[in-house]
Amino acid sequence: MTRIGVVTFPGSLDDRDAARAVRLAGGEPVRLWHRDTDLAGVEAIILPGGFSYGDYLRTGAIARFSPVMGSVISAAGRGVPVLGICNGFQILCESHLLPGALTRNNHLHFICRDQRLRIESSRTVWTAGYQPGAEIVIPVKNGEGRYVADRDTLARLDGDGLVVARYLHGNPNGSVADIAGITNPAGNVVGLMPHPEHAVEALTGPGTDGLGFFTSVLRRLVPA
Amino acid sequence: MPRVVVDVMLKPEILDPQGQAVQRALERLGFDRVTSVRQGKRFEIEIAEPGAADAGPAGSGAAVELGRDMAAKLLANTVIEDFTVRIEDAAGGAG
Amino acid sequence: MTARIHNPVAIDTVEHAAATPAMPQPYAELGLAADEYERIRTILGRRPTGCELAMYAVMWSEHCSYKSSKIHLRQFAEKAPHSDALLVGMGENAGVVDLGQGWAVTFKIESHNHPSFVEPYQGAATGVGGIVRDILSMGARPAAVLDPLRFGPLNAADTGRVLPGVVAGIGGYGNCLGVPTIGGELVFDRSYAGNPLVNALCVGVLRRNAIKLAKASGPGNQVILYGAKTGRDGIGGVSVLASATFGAAGDGGGDAAKKPSVQVGDPFTEKTLIECSLELFERDLVAGIQDLGGAGLACATSELASAGTGGMRVWLDRVRLREPSMAPHEVLTSESQERMCAIVAPADVPDFLAVCEKWDVDAVVIGEVSAVTPAEADAGGRLVISWHGEVVVDVPPRTVAHDGPVYARPLARPADQDALVADAPSPARLARPAGGAELRGTLLRLAGSANLCAKSWVTAQYDRYVQGNTVLAQPADAGMIRVDESTGLGVAVSTDGNGRYTRLDPYTGAQLALVEAYRNVAATGARPLAVTNCLNFGSPEDPAVMWQFAEAVGGLADGCLALGIPVTGGNVSFYNQTANTAILPTPIVGVVGVIDDVARRTPTGFRRAGDVVLLLGATSDEFGGSEWAHVVHGHLGGRPPAVDLAAERLLAELLVAGSRERLLSAAHDLSDGGLAQALVESCLVGAIGVRLALPGDLDPFVALFAESAARALVAVPSSSEPRFTEMCRARGFPITRLGVVAGDAIDVQGQFSIPLAELRSVHEATLPARFG
Repeated sequence: MTRIGVVTFPGSLDDRDAARAVRLAGGEPVRLWHRDTDLAGVEAIILPGGFSYGDYLRTGAIARFSPVMGSVISAAGRGVPVLGICNGFQILCESHLLPGALTRNNHLHFICRDQRLRIESSRTVWTAGYQPGAEIVIPVKNGEGRYVADRDTLARLDGDGLVVARYLHGNPNGSVADIAGITNPAGNVVGLMPHPEHAVEALTGPGTDGLGFFTSVLRRLVPA
Repeated sequence: MPRVVVDVMLKPEILDPQGQAVQRALERLGFDRVTSVRQGKRFEIEIAEPGAADAGPAGSGAAVELGRDMAAKLLANTVIEDFTVRIEDAAGGAG
Repeated sequence: MTARIHNPVAIDTVEHAAATPAMPQPYAELGLAADEYERIRTILGRRPTGCELAMYAVMWSEHCSYKSSKIHLRQFAEKAPHSDALLVGMGENAGVVDLGQGWAVTFKIESHNHPSFVEPYQGAATGVGGIVRDILSMGARPAAVLDPLRFGPLNAADTGRVLPGVVAGIGGYGNCLGVPTIGGELVFDRSYAGNPLVNALCVGVLRRNAIKLAKASGPGNQVILYGAKTGRDGIGGVSVLASATFGAAGDGGGDAAKKPSVQVGDPFTEKTLIECSLELFERDLVAGIQDLGGAGLACATSELASAGTGGMRVWLDRVRLREPSMAPHEVLTSESQERMCAIVAPADVPDFLAVCEKWDVDAVVIGEVSAVTPAEADAGGRLVISWHGEVVVDVPPRTVAHDGPVYARPLARPADQDALVADAPSPARLARPAGGAELRGTLLRLAGSANLCAKSWVTAQYDRYVQGNTVLAQPADAGMIRVDESTGLGVAVSTDGNGRYTRLDPYTGAQLALVEAYRNVAATGARPLAVTNCLNFGSPEDPAVMWQFAEAVGGLADGCLALGIPVTGGNVSFYNQTANTAILPTPIVGVVGVIDDVARRTPTGFRRAGDVVLLLGATSDEFGGSEWAHVVHGHLGGRPPAVDLAAERLLAELLVAGSRERLLSAAHDLSDGGLAQALVESCLVGAIGVRLALPGDLDPFVALFAESAARALVAVPSSSEPRFTEMCRARGFPITRLGVVAGDAIDVQGQFSIPLAELRSVHEATLPARFG
């Protein structure tokens, strides 16, 4: 079975939920500890949601220097798929694996709601299973989810098709250009603010629209 | 070594909703001539003098360099924040 | 020696105390009565040291000792119904109930009212932190939080200060811990203006053979304090804050010196504390455990010792301090958050410390369990605490933790009670709407009123999804979480209370809170199992308040006996009043229930056009304490709705059986706002309308807005209607066919029609308009 690593930092919250999503998608979740540089031979890595280090200093600012992140950054450079969800997205930006930054929601409140998104690109390993333009509903829950980037970066993201998902029917945090998720040019490193791992069972979420992120990467990793 | 103070502020083009909320609160308290508020962070860093056998630099210049290095690497996210570094003496005055 | 309150004596040792019996001590400033002080001297056979005085003062305060409530709370034990499911009852950190399949659930509700008025964010945050630690200390992973809240009038200026801070604090702390908030209440009333109520209920899940208890047994076992460092947070908060009422100045201007007593929480530290503790439990490294809450180490050491062998030796100077200048009595009474106290076998200590190191949690051995002589055991045990080699505490711990004063405070029915009850909301007294247009207007007005409007402005600030097991969350009748992924076993929880009903008749009002929570749990298809309660009242020194309290406890105890579900623990919060005006007596009841498979739970909202809408239960002309009387006429008087405990049991059986046989599409209990409000919520949650006719034998106003108890609204697929109707008839339970789920309006034949879009905009506008 394909092994997908889920990193736990001090303060990570949705690591167990990401592991469940991997399992439900047909993969084998492998828990990775922030202090270990050994990635245990996993074929993909998920940086989960939560409040690593209590969001001290800035969200993700301290986690990005964890020993495990050195290995994650090298692996990303080699093309290993890396998905950063919420706090994980923040860590990817702090690590400069993705451009831009996540800041305080424009209305200053934490917001948890079922959010409609449009998948803009199916040319990443994490979204290959979605039709481009597909509309899905998955929960968004954060206080620091407003994506910002300078004009040049935005132009590049748009021009090169690097926006992975945008908010529909209301932007929950003021993110520029309604950006909910982006990818690196190679399409292996994706950052997403909403939580696909909370939309994998009809019983506990708004539906199963989130499962596609996990099945996409598994399909890509299974030898043809 | 003297105390290093690093001030970190969001870049001017970044929306600062916390600063705006503070401004509204000030207005409600009667401070009606406030035209703008931006909120940032201040770090006060004490650095030990290098030991006699330590080849490391000492003094204000070195302290400022250390402060800039810390700010660029960790204290500020240079994608969205600017920083300034200065020295204060122990009593809090400028060195 | 001068007796300065904040530094009684630098090092007042036992030896020195024995040698200076006549030294004056500031017992009154610490909240002790003269006779209580004398009792301490008698127990010890000498005057207490400064540390001992501080310990007794905080532990004998109302908040810790329950001195005014104990004699009444005894009824919960005396009238406890037998329950096979009860694993841990009252007296421990939290109750534990058997769910079957080897699983158990632990749960408790607590209050943090006064701190939340002084500092709303931190007061509410540390309230959540405290109750979560209580659940953790039972050996459970905290799985869900519910927050019943009460504030002053929606549009009062101070509500704009307190409510957003409280909500941000609950969210800020709970979200960061990774515990989903799945339910609660939000009620506004003038009487809470200077006294908001912030109650927090936490539910935890554990294997039934892994329950941890708070006792220090096994002489030689080590006492380890782990978690945050100890600072000056909340010193004296317990006795100073909780036993004081605020001055008449609405901004808490009674005593500025109370401000430093509010604790400050750090949820990240608590999150690592949770993960660290769960790993310690899993590896069986803990023989006993207690969390540190009100009264800090003074409480943890005396309670652990008295529940165990009775003996404990503590080296207080080993405690890791945030501020090196702290005096020993400050270390003992500090309420710094995020700390736990574990009893660990000597052989397990290295592994224990290694787990703490892995999670970056501070841990230090501060003492050990000791054996006691028979004489010491008779006296209540022996707790000896030293500070840098000097003995500063040598007391029988049971006298500190359990043998506090017991008051039989005078009770007297309030002088205005008869007049209040006589002022019934009859048609002559309060003008009633007549005709479709007026009924339509009344429904809309109530749907947008403060207590009945949509609460999503608040609930969207809470993470409901974390842990991935939330099956039902607000605005559902009860929150429900899955306990076992492989079998679908789950637990449902609801909290309810009504201060207005309780003011009119405390005995009945408390029962109405109980039956509402019971009914809410059953509505989801779960079988109610056990009860917790948070009793929020005014000053126990007021005989009228004590009468309300005694009546409410009696009603609750009798109600639990009749329903067959025991009280497993809870909390009493007295002194909720400003000057001489007490809050409405507000007993809040939490009920927990079990469901064998969460997949068959019954949701609240209508789902499918064509489903038949049925009203279960009987409706009478009952408007005492109703939302209609309150919102339209500002009136409080008469009697609250009658309680029929047998009918509530029958209704619950029907709702649970209907769920088990998968006959129900939706179920919603009727309570505040009556049938009209239930229809509003069922339609808006499901985003689908209803076409119905009111029962012909009732006045339309009564049918729509009366608040009779033991009623529920259900929607069933038409194919299930005969079977479900037969089930009700077989039990002799009233059932009335109202209409069908259809369209996009609430369409009441012959009366009015309200499009859902209009209804939604009124229902959802209120809180955003007020708070932005």
